[in-house]
Amino acid sequence: MVSATSPNIPPPFGEERLGELLGLLPPAPLGWTLAAQELPAARQELDEIVELARADAEFRRRLMADLEAALATAGYETRAELLAAVRARLPELE
Amino acid sequence: MSIEVTDAQLVERCRAGEAAAWNELVERFSRYVYAIAVRAFRLTEHDAEDVFQDVFARTYERLDSLRDDAAIRPWIAQLTRNACVDRLRTGGREDPTPAPLEGQTDAAIERLDEALAVHEGLRAISPDCREILDRFFTRDESYRTIGEALDLPAGTIASRISRCLAKLRAELEGRNPGSAPSEEW
Repeated sequence: MVSATSPNIPPPFGEERLGELLGLLPPAPLGWTLAAQELPAARQELDEIVELARADAEFRRRLMADLEAALATAGYETRAELLAAVRARLPELE
Repeated sequence: MSIEVTDAQLVERCRAGEAAAWNELVERFSRYVYAIAVRAFRLTEHDAEDVFQDVFARTYERLDSLRDDAAIRPWIAQLTRNACVDRLRTGGREDPTPAPLEGQTDAAIERLDEALAVHEGLRAISPDCREILDRFFTRDESYRTIGEALDLPAGTIASRISRCLAKLRAELEGRNPGSAPSEEW
């Protein structure tokens, strides 16, 4: 059965109508879905970097001076999204 | 993840930090969020992608503030609606087509709610049926393409679709309560 929290669909459930409703929800692009699914891991990585910067003054100084190089040296993959996310949180480290 | 998992159970597991539950939540609502952005609000793919990522980021960040776990669908719909309206207001829309009126988006989202309920019904029918219906109706594949992909004679696809639709209809009408997904076509 469809879960109780589903919106109700008024009958009739004709084949044509079901087909039409099915066609209204094409899959989202796979890359979008995968990026959204990776969100918790990305957030965890970001929090870890911020925490490290708070605890380690030298790492913090290197982050401020050259973000990409500091992250690469620390072993992080310097993806554009990660760089942007860390950059957005730099002000809270100053 | 089991097909019996309700939205509320899924939310609870996400809050507990289960990675698989978050993946399932995104999978369950990805089509819905995408369709609201591109069908109801007619955003460009570029704008829709920003909205899509923004909605799931907010969902993740604010899951603790959801008062009724079973209300995740309307909550996500509202987050998506707000994100789309913000996007239209900031003028990020490159498409010259006029933005939809509020009444039009309400009606479109209502239809998408119905469509989502039908998609939820798909989870209760056999994987084979689910796949053939998804390929034909949402991916717009031809009988020939479906036949080749599933290693079935193209001449049998129409009748299989018809039988699978009948199963889906029975599921939605509650004629088949509590039954396990059948492996039969």
